[in-house]
Amino acid sequence: MIEYVWLIPVFPLIGFMINGLMGERLPKNLVGTIGSAMVGLSFALTVSIFLEYVKLPMDARPVEVTVYTWIASGGFKAVVAFLVDPLSLIMLSVVSGVSFVIHVYSVGYMHEDPGFPRYFAYLNLFVFFMLVLVGANNFLMMFVGWEGVGLCSYLLIGFWYEKQSASDAGKKAFVVNRIGDFGFLLGIFLIFWTFNSINFREVFTLAAKYPVGSGVITAITLFLFVGATGKSAQIPLYTWLPDAMEGPTPVSALIHAATMVTAGVYMVARCSALFTLAPISMMVVAIIGAATAIFAATMGMMQFDIKRVLAYSTVSQLGYMFLACGVGAFTAGIFHLMTHAFFKALLFLGAGSISHALSGELDMRKMGDMRKHIPITYKTFMIATLAICGIFPFAGFFSKDEILFHSLVDGHLMYWGIATAAAFITAFYMFRAVFMVFFGKSRVEEEVAHHVHESPPVMTIPLMILAVGSAVGGLVGIPIIAGGHRFKEFLAPSIIYSAGHHEAHYAISFEVGMMLLSMLVAIAGIYVAYRMYIRKPDLPGVLAKKYRVAYDLIFNKYYVDEIYDMAVVDPIKESSNFLWTGVDNKVVDGAVNGSAGVVAWLSAHIRKLETGFLQNYALAIVLGVALIVGYLVGL
Amino acid sequence: MVVPLPYILGLSVALFALGAIGVLIRRNILIILMCLEMMLNAVNLAFIGFADYFKAVDGQMFVFFVMTVAAAEVAVGLALVVAIFRQRATVNVDDLNILKW
Amino acid sequence: MDLIFFGLAGVALISGALVVFQIHPLRSALWLIVNFFAVAGIYLLLHAEFIAAIQIIVYAGAIMVLFLFVIMLLNLRQPEEPTKAPYSAQKVVGVALSVAAAFFLSYGLSQVKMCPAAPARAGLGNTESIAKLLFTDYLLPFEVTSVLLLVAIVGAVVLSKSKLK
Repeated sequence: MIEYVWLIPVFPLIGFMINGLMGERLPKNLVGTIGSAMVGLSFALTVSIFLEYVKLPMDARPVEVTVYTWIASGGFKAVVAFLVDPLSLIMLSVVSGVSFVIHVYSVGYMHEDPGFPRYFAYLNLFVFFMLVLVGANNFLMMFVGWEGVGLCSYLLIGFWYEKQSASDAGKKAFVVNRIGDFGFLLGIFLIFWTFNSINFREVFTLAAKYPVGSGVITAITLFLFVGATGKSAQIPLYTWLPDAMEGPTPVSALIHAATMVTAGVYMVARCSALFTLAPISMMVVAIIGAATAIFAATMGMMQFDIKRVLAYSTVSQLGYMFLACGVGAFTAGIFHLMTHAFFKALLFLGAGSISHALSGELDMRKMGDMRKHIPITYKTFMIATLAICGIFPFAGFFSKDEILFHSLVDGHLMYWGIATAAAFITAFYMFRAVFMVFFGKSRVEEEVAHHVHESPPVMTIPLMILAVGSAVGGLVGIPIIAGGHRFKEFLAPSIIYSAGHHEAHYAISFEVGMMLLSMLVAIAGIYVAYRMYIRKPDLPGVLAKKYRVAYDLIFNKYYVDEIYDMAVVDPIKESSNFLWTGVDNKVVDGAVNGSAGVVAWLSAHIRKLETGFLQNYALAIVLGVALIVGYLVGL
Repeated sequence: MVVPLPYILGLSVALFALGAIGVLIRRNILIILMCLEMMLNAVNLAFIGFADYFKAVDGQMFVFFVMTVAAAEVAVGLALVVAIFRQRATVNVDDLNILKW
Repeated sequence: MDLIFFGLAGVALISGALVVFQIHPLRSALWLIVNFFAVAGIYLLLHAEFIAAIQIIVYAGAIMVLFLFVIMLLNLRQPEEPTKAPYSAQKVVGVALSVAAAFFLSYGLSQVKMCPAAPARAGLGNTESIAKLLFTDYLLPFEVTSVLLLVAIVGAVVLSKSKLK
C-alpha cells in the first residue's frame, strides 16, 4: 500500500480536472459528491498507509517512494517523490481528514452559489497542492506545493471576484505570500549551494557535520523562516490573513485555519535538523512567534466581525506553534497544529453556520441569544471554544499546555509570560464572541430574525465530527498518565536535534502545577468576558470611551496596514510609475522611436543626392571610375 | 609597320577623357550624345590596338558589336530627344529635372 | 610611318577637342565626323581594314547623318548656353575628375607588362578572319544583336510618333 502513496494527492487532482472541465454540465450534487469523495479516498488511503507504516520494523522506516525524475541536469536532480514518515503521515492525515469534512460541509453551505463547480474544482486543487507539500521528500517539490497552495488561496479568497474587496484581498494574499516565497526560494538556493542536494534526508544528514551556530546554516534557516512568516501569517507578513476572510467561510476554515497556514510550521518542524544548528534562528522564531501571539490576540479582542476575530485568533495560535518550535519543542508545535486544525476549522464552520442561520450576517453586534435557535451549532461552537481556551479535557488544553510548559523550561520566563498573557486574552475574546452571539439579549434585525433556522445535516454533521476531534484529540498527547507521551514518541524519528537534546524529566508536581496555572489563567479570562458581556453589557462601551487612544489604536489594528501602504506599497508604486513614464516611455520608446527618427533624418539629407540633373549623375559615375581605377592601379 | 601599343592606348585614354569632359560640361543633349559616341569610339580604338598587339581577331569582334549597339543606342536616344523636344521645346539638359526628390 | 600615325592622332585629338568646345551642335557634329575619319585611318594602320570600312560606313555614314537630321529637325538656331554661369562647380569638378581618371588609367596601363603574341597565321585577310569567328564562336551574340537592332527600330518608330488623338 505504501507504494501507492503518490495516489494520495492524485485523487483530488482528478477531482479538480473533472469538476474544472465538466463541472458546469454536471448536476450540483454530483459535483459535490465527486469533490468530497476524492478527498475521502485520499483520507482512506492515508489511514491505510498509516496502519501499514506502524507495522513496519524500525529500520524499514522511513520510506521514500519515488515516482519519476523531473529534472536531471548536470549535478542537479529533482524528483517527484514522497516521504512516508511520522511527520508527513500526521500532516497527511490531518489535511485529508479535515479537508474531507469541510468538503462535505461546503456542499450545503455553497449550495445556492452559481460558482459551485468552480468552487469545488479550486478546493480540490488546493488539497492536491497541500498534499504534495506535506508529502514531498525534497525542497523543490515542497516548494511546488507551497506555491500551489498560495495560488489556490488567491483563487479562493477572490472567489467572488466581482466584489472589489474580495479580489483586492486575493491579490494582497498572493503578493504578501510571494514576498515570503522569495525568502524561501533563497533558502533553497542556499541549501543546494551548500549541500549540493535538495533531498530532505540527504541534507539533514550532511548538516549534522556542521558546527552549532554555523553562519551558513543560520542564513539558510532565516531565509526559510521568512517564507514561513509569509505563508503562516506571522509578523511582519500577517496582514493578508484578516483580509482573506472575504472568501467563503469553508475556505477560511480549510485554508486559513487548518491547512495552508500551517505549512510554515510544518516546514520549520521538518527542518528541525537545520534549525537546531542555529540558535540565533531559533531565537528569532520564538520571539516572532511569541510577539505575534500576543499582538494578534490584542487585535482579536476588538473586532466585531466574527470571522475577523477568528482570523486574528488563527494568527495568534500560529504564533504559539512557532514559539514552540523556537524553543525546541517541535512535537508540541505539531501537536498544537493538529488540535488547532480541529477546533479552528470547527470554529470557522460554526461561524459559517451562524451566518447561514442569520442570512449572511457576520457582525456580532447584530447577533445575540442564538443558543436556542441553533442548538447544534451552539454546542459544537462551545466545545471548540473550550478547546481553544485550553480547558481540560479538551484537545487544546493538552497542546497549549505543552507549549506553555516548554516555553518556560526550554525557553525563557519572558516567553512563558507573553504566552500566558496571550492565553488569557485568547480566552477573553473567544468567550466574548460566544457571549455576544449566543447569549444575552437578541440584537438580531427584524427581517433576519424570522428566518433563523438550524443548518441542514450536511452542514451539522461535519461540525459534530470536528467537535469529537476537538474533544478527544488531545488524548494522544497526555503527558503524565502511564504510557503517555505517545504522540511525542511517535513523532520523534522525524524531529532531528542536531545539537543534542536533553530529555529532561521534571517533577510531576511541577507539571501538574503548571497545568493548573494555565487553566486558572484561562478561567480568569472567561470570567472577565462574562463580567463584561453578560453581567454588565455596557461596560465595554464605557471602557472604550475611557481609554479612547488605546482603543482606537487597537481597533484600527495598530494601523499596520496603513504603515505598510506608506512605507512599502506607495514607494513601489511610485518607482513603478517612474519606470513606466521615465524609463519605458522615454528611454526604451525613445531608443526605438529615436532610431526611426535617425533613419528619417538621414534619408532626408541623403535624398538630396537625387537632384534630377543628368550631368550630376554622370559626374557621380566619373567619380566612381576615378576612384576604382585609382584604387586598382594602387595609388 | 607596327604602331607601338602605348601610343594607341594613350590616344584612346585621351579621347575618352575628352568625351567624358564633354558629357559633364555641355548643356545641349545632342552634344552630350555626340561626346558619348566619342567615348565609345575611344574604347573601340583600344580594342583594335589590343587586337593588333596580341594578333587575335577577337578584339575586332568586340568592336563589331560595340558599333552595332552604338548605332541602336543612337537611334533610340535621338528618338527620345525628338519626343522630349516636342513636349518641352528645349534641349537644354538643365530643364529636364523633374525626376528629383 | 610614325609620322602618319602622329598626324592622324593629332587630327583625332584636335577634332575631338573641337567637338567638345564648339557652341553650335551642327559644328560639333561635323568635327565629330572628322574625328571618326581620323580614327578609321588609325584602324587601317592597325591592320583592321574591315573595321575601318565599317567605321566610316556605319559611324560616320549612318550615325552622324542621323545626328544631322535630328539637329536640322529640331531647328536649333540659337546658341544654347543662355544664362548659366560658365564656371559652375559641376564643371570644374567634372573636368578635374576626368583628367584624374585619365591619369590613373594611363599610369596603370603603363605599368602593365605585356608580351606580344606570336605572329598570326598568314594568308587570311582581315574580313575573312572576322567572318570565320563571327559565324562560329560568336554566333549567339550575332543573332542577339540582330534582335537588338529590331528592338531599336521599333523603339525609335514608337517614340517619334506624334500623339494619337
